[in-house]
Amino acid sequence: MPRETFILIPGRTSRQGTTLNEGKLTGAYLDEISTLQMNPDDMTRLGLNAGDRVRLRTDQGTIELPCQPAKPGELPAGVLFLPYGEWSSRLMGPETHATGMPDSKSFDVELETL
Amino acid sequence: MSTALKIVDNATCTFCGCVCDDIELTVEGNHITKAKNACVLGKAWFLNHHVEDRPVALIEGRPAAFEAAVDRAAQILVNARYPIVYGLSDTTCEAQRVAVAIADRIGGCLDTTTSVCHGPSGMAFQGVGEVTCSLGEVRNRADLVIFWGSNPAESHPRHWSRYSTMPKGLFVPNGRKDRTVVLVDVRRSKSAPAADIFLQVKPRKDFEALWALRALVKGVPLDESIRDETGLTLEQLQDLASRMKRCRFGVLFFGMGLSMTRGKHLNVEAALALARDLNEYTRFYVKPMRGHGNVTGADNVVSWQTGYPFGVNLSRGYPRFNPGEYTTADTLARGEADAALIIASDPMANFSQPAREHLARIPYIALDPKETPTIRGATVAFTTATYGINTPGTVYRMDDVPIPLRPAFESPYPSDQQVLEAIEQKIRQRQGVTP
Repeated sequence: MPRETFILIPGRTSRQGTTLNEGKLTGAYLDEISTLQMNPDDMTRLGLNAGDRVRLRTDQGTIELPCQPAKPGELPAGVLFLPYGEWSSRLMGPETHATGMPDSKSFDVELETL
Repeated sequence: MSTALKIVDNATCTFCGCVCDDIELTVEGNHITKAKNACVLGKAWFLNHHVEDRPVALIEGRPAAFEAAVDRAAQILVNARYPIVYGLSDTTCEAQRVAVAIADRIGGCLDTTTSVCHGPSGMAFQGVGEVTCSLGEVRNRADLVIFWGSNPAESHPRHWSRYSTMPKGLFVPNGRKDRTVVLVDVRRSKSAPAADIFLQVKPRKDFEALWALRALVKGVPLDESIRDETGLTLEQLQDLASRMKRCRFGVLFFGMGLSMTRGKHLNVEAALALARDLNEYTRFYVKPMRGHGNVTGADNVVSWQTGYPFGVNLSRGYPRFNPGEYTTADTLARGEADAALIIASDPMANFSQPAREHLARIPYIALDPKETPTIRGATVAFTTATYGINTPGTVYRMDDVPIPLRPAFESPYPSDQQVLEAIEQKIRQRQGVTP
């Protein structure tokens, strides 16, 4: 299946913030942090429909999750957005470059369609 | 517990760093049923923190008496050779002080969630300095407000209406009409429609864009090739640089788009240096958008107690500061820590896989009002009261202004402060220290 390198931005969303208060083990929170947002043109190019699953891989780990198109214009081509949480952290490396902070935003991931 | 209706005026929301202290709560028994003035995040915070049916303490997953759990926690910490104390951004300053005392007693590493949010910003403040102001000054004076790498519409929903863009102030009497609002971000986030100008910078090119603005402010000529580098045209950058120099009171609020992206403290240093440069022409300030309700308090408490804001090692009996060495993402991922005390944070969900795997291998104590992945894996877990909803105390707003908490109802669970004080007392006993 096609594989391509994208830039992943984990970040906060309103729904993540509200469902976080209901609990990190609740369905709504887990649903929010495990839904990938993609540029709609990238999805079309890769033959992906809303809800299709993709595999993301870095040196640190691999996750599989469904993707949804971002609003037109929100994400540039080649950029992915994932609400910050357990799944995005699985892809994050431990190296902090002497800052205490791992590269937590805008890091490369390999995307594979399933 | 009484179910009589109670109104709490001027309650303080501690969900995010805005720490809005104008919330009117309607309380019925141990439920908050209304949170007037709160944003969508604040409402979710207040309406979902009721008393849960969980044991006050667990030892290795089994319900335990409070005293037994305190004794086991103290035993773990006293016997450790390289213990770490971590978290602290969602608890009161009073509890944070006790956590510092524990780290000092056991000679451990003391670190807060700042290290994985604006820790690089703290390093940049040390390197460049911070041209700072309060949000009250922004409210009354700012006529140019820039958000860079932050999405306040989703992460700090009342920042605009309460502090930065909407309020009518002393020197901006027409509120939003007297202000220009600029958003700079990699993605056109939900904050973009509320800005007058949106600039879409290339991913990982924030430093270059900020440095280009420094050049333009100083009158250094640039050419059109800057667009290939930053994604922003020379015209866009010249326009912003000009607005920055011409404003009467400008402020740049930056988010984790700067501090979490490659370059980190260097990205923030560029923003701080730009603000410093602009003070040759006008009044210009730069402030971080802080996330958790009392993460700013954690910086303040750890700084006034140890001299450093996070990543502090106390093993030699005096504080040493070294991000990358004493910060928790590193001490865990490198497999150095042999025990941990985790207060009001969730590294089991938010840290890298190697860090999580090591945390799972060592004994650790965790305090949290709710069940989290970190609580589930803890050797000793305490259910605690929620700060601001159940317990009084002090928190710091993102502009370093201390705000008192006005709790809504009592909790059957102890506060973080009470649990930590009990653990510290037990540590003293085990160490043979006279109280």
